[in-house]
Amino acid sequence: MTTLSPVEGATAGNIARVLAYRRSRRSHHKLFGRARLFGHAWSVFTWLIAIVLFFPVFWMVLTAFKPEVSAYTVPPQIIFHPTLSEFAQVLSGGILKPFEHSAFVTAVSTAAVLVISFPAAYALSVRPVKRWRDTMFFFLTLKMLPPVAGIIPIYIVARNLHLLDNDWLLVILYVPMNLPIAVWMLRSFLLEVPREVLDAARVDGANVVTELTRVILPIVRPGIVATALICVIFSWNEFFFAVNLTATQAGTMPVFLVGFLTTEGLYWAKLCAASTLCCLPVILAGWIAQKHLVRGLALGAIK
Amino acid sequence: MGDTVTAPSRSTVERIRHVLDRRREGDSGGAGRRRWVRRLPLLPAFVYVIVVTQVPFIATIWYSFRSWNLLIPGSNHFTGLRSYQEVFADPTFLIAVINTVELTASAVIIAMLVGIGLAMLLNREFFGRGVVRTLLITPFLVMPVASALLWKTTMYDPLYGLLDFVLSPFGIHHVAWLSTFPMPAIVTILAWEWAPFMMLIVLAGLQSESLEVLEAAKVDGASTVQTFTRLTFPHIRPYVQLGVLLGSVYIIQAFGEIFMDTAGGPGTATTNLPYYLYEQVFNAYNVGVGAAAGVIVLIGTEIVAIFALRLVSSLIAGTAMIG
Repeated sequence: MTTLSPVEGATAGNIARVLAYRRSRRSHHKLFGRARLFGHAWSVFTWLIAIVLFFPVFWMVLTAFKPEVSAYTVPPQIIFHPTLSEFAQVLSGGILKPFEHSAFVTAVSTAAVLVISFPAAYALSVRPVKRWRDTMFFFLTLKMLPPVAGIIPIYIVARNLHLLDNDWLLVILYVPMNLPIAVWMLRSFLLEVPREVLDAARVDGANVVTELTRVILPIVRPGIVATALICVIFSWNEFFFAVNLTATQAGTMPVFLVGFLTTEGLYWAKLCAASTLCCLPVILAGWIAQKHLVRGLALGAIK
Repeated sequence: MGDTVTAPSRSTVERIRHVLDRRREGDSGGAGRRRWVRRLPLLPAFVYVIVVTQVPFIATIWYSFRSWNLLIPGSNHFTGLRSYQEVFADPTFLIAVINTVELTASAVIIAMLVGIGLAMLLNREFFGRGVVRTLLITPFLVMPVASALLWKTTMYDPLYGLLDFVLSPFGIHHVAWLSTFPMPAIVTILAWEWAPFMMLIVLAGLQSESLEVLEAAKVDGASTVQTFTRLTFPHIRPYVQLGVLLGSVYIIQAFGEIFMDTAGGPGTATTNLPYYLYEQVFNAYNVGVGAAAGVIVLIGTEIVAIFALRLVSSLIAGTAMIG
């Protein structure tokens, strides 16, 4: 069998062509060819788009450092005498209590979501139950139910249980808000654990606990980080439940921001300082963990 | 020949797995018990979501048959279907339905188109790619209430807003964007917030595309447009569908932006269903009508959701279980 079959011959031909093409591309790269100029143009364009889309956020932070009079000018000022007085006013205006409430509600609800959703995702991937697909859709359908439709009984029950304006009420409500997407995300990461590795562990007599802590957890750790980040973003930023069910006792950051607007008035520099402080934790967390997000949000769409 | 060789060996692997699984679960309780052991990890999630999400919905149905003004003690009594009649007779309700569809569809479509464009721009090597990605995901991380405030003041303000400043060379002066073009203004904010989310999902799709296939296409002389329409788009299609689905789920519930920037107005121009329900309950204290509207919204959403899920069903239909 020395002659190549037609299929193999075609493949060999393709490989040769690909290699030739790669060689030509590499030499192109050294030249100041049209393609290279074109590439530069795209890079500049990408940078421009990124700056335009980021600009509102940049402007918010910039305005926060302005004295109030510099916030209202035509044309808008980029060069001004920066001040920290707006931040100081916001910090003395009672932002610490809502910060604590937001941090508590976000941390506890995110931890609860992970604890509840991880076993569920495990049962839908590593050792799947029979009707795993229906179960996944059940969770996704729940996410589609508008929370507004349930706000009336939630409000009345919370009122009767004296849970209105209480951190725990928000914790209880944020868990199901994030649970469906957490199950989906964790499942997609668990699917990436090679079956061979699990089999090997089992042949070696690993029990469920060893399998989880020694084999699965190290592999899916980035996935857990990505899932936690998504839960943190949505809990920290949640507004509808927070504004309707909390007030002075357990108000979170978004509620504080609205209250700040009504008590302090529409002063841009001060509002921007308050907004910047409200957004900062989540923006920093998102920046740090952004790489995981790219993989995590695909939810194992195609496997 | 090949088939007869591989088939038994594959089933042998299956058998070994089966034996291992049985050994794992003690093999004493039989098939029924094993199935329950497998289901057990799902139980906490099931119980929790059913108690916290399904019970309120059942309660909503009950309240929808009653008339109850929260401010009037003793006003709680059975009225049958009268609340439903009131909702359907309320012209604002129909407007809210139309507004919700318009708002969600336009914001999701614009965010997705921008997201696809950004993802394609990011999916190549260039100077400062990491920084650009960092800049681009930021709008998604900003608290919606804060971005609503930011756009309302520093962007849309008719006197000192940046939009006015940028457009002034084109002869556009002192436009009160939020009252003149309320819907496009809100859609812009939502699309700005969600385009990064779409970008991240599409980027994951683009990065999983095989470079060999793309190079082969180039070798065979395919144009950029051909490569996109014949190869790249079919490949990222499931990711686009997923993004549209998830984006819709969140944007249909948009509340903060409307609450902060337009309060549903001017008039009812930007009143979507969440804001309509909010007004019924927390401004009019009308539990019966609010609950009836909630039930109608729920049934409507479920109908849309079933169609949407059928779409996604094809996405994970190809999802092979491990092994």
